[in-house]
Amino acid sequence: MAHDSGSKSFNLKAMLRDERFWKIAFQVITLLVVFLLLSFFLGNLNRNLIQMGRAFGFSFLLNPAGFSIGESLIQYRPNDPYWRALMVGLGNTLTLVAAGIALTTVLGTAAGVASFSKNWLVHRLSRIYVGLVRNVPLLLQLFFWYFAIFGALPSPDNQIGVLGLAFLNNRGVYIPWASSAVLAVLGIAATIGAAIAAFYLWQWRTKIRIETGAGGQTQLIALAVLGLVWLAIIVFGMNWTVPEGIEGGGVTGGLRLSREYVAALTALVFYTSAFVAEIVRAGIQSVSKGQWEAARSLGLHAGIVMRLVVFPQALRVIIPPMNSEYMNLTKNTSLAFAIAFPEMYSVATTTYNQTGRPVEVFVVLMATYLILCLLITLVMNQFNQAVQFKER
Amino acid sequence: MTTVTPDSFSSAPPEVVGLGPVAWAKKNLFSDWFNSLLTVIIVGIFSWGAIRLTSWALTTAQWQVIPNNFGLFMTGTFPSGLYPRIWALLAIVCGLAGLSWGVLGRNVSTLFSRSVLIGLGLVCAFIVLFPPTRPSSLKLLPMVALVAIAAAAGRQAGRKFPSIGKWVSLAWFLSYFAALWLIGGGLGLTPVSTNDWGGLVLTLFTAVSGIALCFPLGLLLALGRRSALPVVRWLSTAYIELVRGVPLVALLFMGQVMIPLFLPIGSRPDRILRAIIALALFSAAYLAENVRAGLQAVPRGQNEAAMSLGLNTPTTLGLIVLPQALKIAIPAIVGQFISLFQDTTLLSIVGLAELLGIGKSILANPSYLGRYAEVYLFLAVIYWLFCYAMSLGSRKIEEKLNTSH
Repeated sequence: MAHDSGSKSFNLKAMLRDERFWKIAFQVITLLVVFLLLSFFLGNLNRNLIQMGRAFGFSFLLNPAGFSIGESLIQYRPNDPYWRALMVGLGNTLTLVAAGIALTTVLGTAAGVASFSKNWLVHRLSRIYVGLVRNVPLLLQLFFWYFAIFGALPSPDNQIGVLGLAFLNNRGVYIPWASSAVLAVLGIAATIGAAIAAFYLWQWRTKIRIETGAGGQTQLIALAVLGLVWLAIIVFGMNWTVPEGIEGGGVTGGLRLSREYVAALTALVFYTSAFVAEIVRAGIQSVSKGQWEAARSLGLHAGIVMRLVVFPQALRVIIPPMNSEYMNLTKNTSLAFAIAFPEMYSVATTTYNQTGRPVEVFVVLMATYLILCLLITLVMNQFNQAVQFKER
Repeated sequence: MTTVTPDSFSSAPPEVVGLGPVAWAKKNLFSDWFNSLLTVIIVGIFSWGAIRLTSWALTTAQWQVIPNNFGLFMTGTFPSGLYPRIWALLAIVCGLAGLSWGVLGRNVSTLFSRSVLIGLGLVCAFIVLFPPTRPSSLKLLPMVALVAIAAAAGRQAGRKFPSIGKWVSLAWFLSYFAALWLIGGGLGLTPVSTNDWGGLVLTLFTAVSGIALCFPLGLLLALGRRSALPVVRWLSTAYIELVRGVPLVALLFMGQVMIPLFLPIGSRPDRILRAIIALALFSAAYLAENVRAGLQAVPRGQNEAAMSLGLNTPTTLGLIVLPQALKIAIPAIVGQFISLFQDTTLLSIVGLAELLGIGKSILANPSYLGRYAEVYLFLAVIYWLFCYAMSLGSRKIEEKLNTSH
């Protein structure tokens, strides 16, 4: 008997000492704790919602919204359903995100490369820009641009004209634009198509020059023709309308970018570009000095070294953190709500205030931003694979 | 056999040959036509901008809004009769800061070097000359003196008792609760409702609380994501990815609404507490990714070596892996703290009167209508100073911990 109980306690001791037991036990305990917490929270949520008389459900999205939205890409009337209002908000967010990503990439890369400039002023300027902008909160910058800069522009009756092509006043910025939305989309598609075609033509030319040593004249001519065709489409095919100032103030024609949109875009681009500039700088710095020296000793000049040798290698380091900067920019567009730009978050808040359904609205918001971020990650991952080191 | 005299052979780097100003400008500003063009354009634009800005700041701008509301900017609508409590808090922070400075610098030959003395002098001059701080310079100047005295004392104490660092850390920890007591009252002090907390004090309080909460949480999440146990790994990953996909403002706003819904009927935590929780939950996910990057940078051999010495998982992590990982991750972690500090501005959207929120309500006052540029520039300088100080501190810690050669 004594022997039996001894071996039993021995087994228990062995089990307590066994790492495999603890690994499983720890996971079971974690799962149990998470499960208990979740059921506590969700149970409370359920009780609270029942007490408020609002069972969980998305059918309210079909009810008429009843509020008007200042600017929208799609047709929207106040008695359209909530889901359509949310689509309007999503559309406004997307215009902000698309323009923001494009401009941030350009400005951020320029600022990052500028910190390697031999010109002392350009180098200093880039460093000061990064040091100033990164250390001031985005929301404060947003208010500054909206109230102190764009709000201080003159009123429409003595607005600023830029070469007769664009106008600035405290209601917004007026720029030349295609006469219809369809033409504008076609123009953007033509630009993207031409850029892709040009890229492949250039690659083809490089390949032919490497393989045969030929001059690549044919491809160069094709490239020029492509450029001319694109220019013709853009200049003559878009049926541009140029904004014109009216006697006594105001503007007709062209595209009006509201003050909210312009301020939000400027603030986002300036803020995010400072981070992108640091990423680009770190990426270029990560390319070993020997690469510079080897390329220079082959007789290439500085611009070519940067473009053909250093930057392609730096891209490998640059792309992954760029992904998270683009995601940050996407999420930060929600701050535009603070200056009353009707983007996704702003419309969602109004919807919540009118329907009193925090949980459903939050789920919609979360899903939207998650999907946007996932899409960006997907595209950037493709891009990342393209620039990765090709090893055997 | 020849002897090499130090005079003829030196391992020091070659002497830097100084350039004259003209040669310097030629090399750095006008090396070719393109650089010259850039220089001319930049100088042109910036001198125009500088002239416009100076003339605006000296003539059009009405800076009166800053000194008139300085108390509001610093403490919000905190009852002015209770300001001595805020001064006491500032004194505690100054004393501890000086003490830590002295203890950290105990091995430096001269604590008050010339540049430090010039810096202190500049701070004193600024306090006396800057109009908003001038009325309280009789209280602020002793604070500077307190920092200096505490630093000297800390240095002496640090030399005598090498283990004093632990006690200073403990004092910082306790000072948080002292701050809570001094701001919020209770236990013998007049209670102040959280509606009256505001200004820079609230900004700093939420930032410090958020940082203190998000660091351990982020650490746990990072370890969870790297764990060999699948359940723990999945849960951590799901949390991190879900939170990182949502804008903070959505989390904050919904946190104000939803946290009460998740709790038993009738319980409603204070809105500052709700904001701090949302802020910490959000930052923890980002911090976890920064720590994970640090964990990944520790060579696997370190882990295996510790295991083969017979250390179990917690001791391996705590004694071998984490110290190295955190050292690598310091810049990223401090970067996350800086962005948390900046994110406290979003509390103004959910109706808390922190620094930006109090700025908004001052601008809503009819007598300061349209003074946007003045107020926002002033706030920008404050935020910039704090963020810059944090990144400077991170660089100092990095240098101190850098043991590689």
